[in-house]
Amino acid sequence: MTVVEVTDLVKRYKDTAALDGVSLSLQENVIYGLLGRNGAGKTTLMSMLTAQNFPTSGGVRVFGENPYENARVLGRICFVRESQRYPDDARPSHAFRMASMFFPNWSQELADRLVADFRLPMKTRIKKLSRGQLSAVGVIIGLASRAELTFFDEPYLGLDAVARQIFYDRLLADYTEHPRTVVLSSHLIDEVADLIERVIVIDRGRILLDDETDAVRGRAATIVGDVDAVAAFTAGREVIHRESLGRVTSATVLGELDAADRAHLAASGLEVGSVSLQQLIVRLTQHEFEPVTEGARR
Amino acid sequence: MIDEGRALFVQIAESVEDSIVNGSLAEDSRAPSTNELAAFYRINPATAAKGVNMLVDKGVLVKRRGIGMFVAVGAREQLRAERRAAFAARFIQPLLAEARTLGLSPDDLAALVREQASTQNSATRNSEGDAR
Repeated sequence: MTVVEVTDLVKRYKDTAALDGVSLSLQENVIYGLLGRNGAGKTTLMSMLTAQNFPTSGGVRVFGENPYENARVLGRICFVRESQRYPDDARPSHAFRMASMFFPNWSQELADRLVADFRLPMKTRIKKLSRGQLSAVGVIIGLASRAELTFFDEPYLGLDAVARQIFYDRLLADYTEHPRTVVLSSHLIDEVADLIERVIVIDRGRILLDDETDAVRGRAATIVGDVDAVAAFTAGREVIHRESLGRVTSATVLGELDAADRAHLAASGLEVGSVSLQQLIVRLTQHEFEPVTEGARR
Repeated sequence: MIDEGRALFVQIAESVEDSIVNGSLAEDSRAPSTNELAAFYRINPATAAKGVNMLVDKGVLVKRRGIGMFVAVGAREQLRAERRAAFAARFIQPLLAEARTLGLSPDDLAALVREQASTQNSATRNSEGDAR
């Protein structure tokens, strides 16, 4: 079932387009990774899907309805913002009580367990919490709300490696028991690569990639070896990155390698290295160094 | 353990196959569930399910309604035959390629293989003797 349907969404701030014609759909019970560089439009897109911002043009449907000022829809959505503001004298216990009243599927049991996991001081005012503890408040609300559609916008700021692992583990465990649609925006691509079923890459306000994570893996490979042999193999292929060290060249090519390619590579004494999701996305969104291309560009 | 450049569900399927081939997962015994695999490898359950389904399609695992996934009878031999067929491409060809760059002939290589096998055998025997 389709949970979110976005068609040709445009958001303009004066003369800059934060979103420049975005169309996508989100399916029920899938964990999405929303990836892209700073300023690519991730937060703008999420705030529009959660009716916290108005589009310049284009359509947003959530659970088949217009989400704006629509309580029926908004009660089923949880948006954990990277810089969520709370009232000055609010304590975590207040924030959780508010959330428990707002979200129909709220699990106090899960919230209590997460508070213990993150060692969150419940009686300290939120204003006085560390950056990591502040992030923990958001993560706990996001998970314990068990909202049918949950957005996490870079939820890990200030969380140490142990706390981030707790978040990923609890997310997977609770998602397994209570499937729902999750959108996880992150810069730590390698950390979330195994959690996300689909990956959406947004770049300069446009969707650059929207596919199954597993299909994206293996879409690029790094070919290493003698400069002439590499050049012979990469002729006519899309090369997204190239580095040289003396006569040794390393070229990252797009496109899956078939058996004939692999035989050719083995026969030419070229080595094939795998490219992680993070490396691939860095290459795809790295504009300072425009890709070197043999043959036609897409 | 996970190679980031390859499809995850294939790697999950291979890890289950490894356990069947080396005998740690016996035929006709219960195979790990999708959720167990997802929790162990810390991956999305949908990805784990894809790996398990691939093994069901291959006939390596069989679904028993209401009980779970089981290792098919004959799965071990099926996988061993499959891996024997792929052995040359996977292990021998890279070996030959490296030997060629080092100036080792196929005969030199064969001699090396025999030599290594015999020292490994005697090492195993010695360690067994130590244990006793």
